[in-house]
Amino acid sequence: MIKLEELKKSFLVSVWFMFLTFPIMVIRVNPIEKVVEWRWKNILIVGAGSFFFSFLWRYLLLRRETGRKKMEAGEIEKIPLSRRILTEPKMYIPALVCIAVFASVFPFVFSIYQINIMVTAIIYVVLGLGLNIVVGLAGLLDLGYVAFYAVGAYSYGLLNYHFNLGFWAVLPIGALLGVVFGILLGFPVLRLRGDYLAIVTLGFGEIIRLILENWNEFSFGPSGIANIPRPSFFGHQFSLHAATVYIYFLMIALTLLTIFVVNRLQNSRIGRAWIALREDEVACQAMGIDKTKTKLTAFALGATWAGMIGVIFAAKTTFINPASFTFLESAMILSIVVMGGMGSIIGVIIGALVLILLPEYLRAFSDYRMLLFGAILVIMMVFRPQGLISNVRRTYKFEGR
Amino acid sequence: MLKLRDVNTFYGNIQALKNVNMEISEGEIITLIGANGAGKTTTLMSISGIIPPRSGEILFMDRPITGMRPDGIVSLGICQVPEGRHIFPYLTVLENLDMGAFLRTDKAEIKKDRQYMFDLFPILAERRHQPGGTLSGGEQQMLAISRALMSRPRLLLMDEPSLGLAPLIVKQIFEIIKKINTENNTTIFLVEQNANLALQVAHRGYVMENGRTTLTDSATNLLTDEKVKKAYLGM
Repeated sequence: MIKLEELKKSFLVSVWFMFLTFPIMVIRVNPIEKVVEWRWKNILIVGAGSFFFSFLWRYLLLRRETGRKKMEAGEIEKIPLSRRILTEPKMYIPALVCIAVFASVFPFVFSIYQINIMVTAIIYVVLGLGLNIVVGLAGLLDLGYVAFYAVGAYSYGLLNYHFNLGFWAVLPIGALLGVVFGILLGFPVLRLRGDYLAIVTLGFGEIIRLILENWNEFSFGPSGIANIPRPSFFGHQFSLHAATVYIYFLMIALTLLTIFVVNRLQNSRIGRAWIALREDEVACQAMGIDKTKTKLTAFALGATWAGMIGVIFAAKTTFINPASFTFLESAMILSIVVMGGMGSIIGVIIGALVLILLPEYLRAFSDYRMLLFGAILVIMMVFRPQGLISNVRRTYKFEGR
Repeated sequence: MLKLRDVNTFYGNIQALKNVNMEISEGEIITLIGANGAGKTTTLMSISGIIPPRSGEILFMDRPITGMRPDGIVSLGICQVPEGRHIFPYLTVLENLDMGAFLRTDKAEIKKDRQYMFDLFPILAERRHQPGGTLSGGEQQMLAISRALMSRPRLLLMDEPSLGLAPLIVKQIFEIIKKINTENNTTIFLVEQNANLALQVAHRGYVMENGRTTLTDSATNLLTDEKVKKAYLGM
């Protein structure tokens, strides 16, 4: 399978790389002692490294090609392990039990630092699932999703500051405000699609952030709001450690609720309308689907989750300021959805865990984070354009002739 | 069944329809023929409410539908097969059909209709689990027609069903159009470039020029009309 030609190509690539990197990797001018150092060892490393990666790349591409050919030739497609875990009860029930046990003992085994990281990751899981409704199901590219998150966080911060409202009172208010703002954004963008929609939502996200940053009387500007109380349990206030554990379980519960709701939505009437809207707007209208209502519900429902999570975020960090709600956050949530697999619940969960947890645990490589991020995106687009775990839509069996 | 009275439709400042008057009675196949840009598709869009007319009146079963939203018009029983098919490319054939029945809630009847579509177009039954985008052009047109029929329309608006199809497939599709009309008594409003074939299946026809209906007669008369022959039939 490995051809000599492939080896030759990789060899040429490595020679080319050695040539390109020669001036920076080998020659080093020492201006003090006025000598030129020749670091020949470096070029060997570059050569060997680029040869290895180029060959690996070629090998993987080749494997993908042959796999595709086999499928086209009608040979039985081997169901990948990930798909089997998801569809066969024999495999997914033990997996679920393992995850449930792990999730429930996690806060009692690990340190508060670990719990905090996990809570952050789960926050992104729910945000990803919320954005998944808008982007994955309804196909509306929303680059300003973080605005709704900010709305939720500030509604808790401000309502608590001015009216002394508690966490549980604000949680539904945050969700409701999310809906209101979702519809507010939805109306002007009803006629837009594709790139234009992305630009307007991007602008909307920035408007919210700029308002929060500059309207000092309203939002206390860049200095933000501090001393936001953590959630209480029937009036009982926890210590820092207990409160973190409490928020952890709260997030787990909310995640389960989100998964349940999104799953039900996906197979519902409105879910089908979203999918139709995503695929073809003209046909969607010809089928008698109300385009306005469908788009608005997608925006409103997506924003609900962001609003709710915003409240929890404010309660978790006890301090909020506009710096937490930049465009980078929106981009992060969007990457979670795209990388995990648009429209797939499990994909989004895994995407969020990978994208949030890995950078935390690989702090040693934090200098290379953006480099790795770019590399991963390129590799993903080539090998798994549909995301880590692509969406398995419910299929309808037709009993007939 | 459907009446258009002095309908004027605009795209911005450009007037596409100028005082269009039409009448379609129940059970008919009506065809609208004309050159490119004459306003044929706009007429359909005005009826289905996607591009609402600026003035004039459209009556369906003696009820004004001007200004109604597209989804409301579909629920009255007017369904459009859009130009260029517009099937859902990533949904399977079955799911495409189910989308057609979006406004219906009678599950048993939907199932029956699905079977009827498969009898009408056996090739769709074969491909029922295939994504719509992988079908050939002709199959996609069949899917678009059956998807529209799934809504059990009383009036079916068809926009250029022959677009980009091989002559043999076109013939097959026109036979189906005739069959739908006789079997279900579905009224069909057919917009076509292929005037010859359209006039052969239709009962009556309208000829459109520059946003105006210039001629109307029975299809057989139009087929022999000297002016129509020259301008649209290439004889």
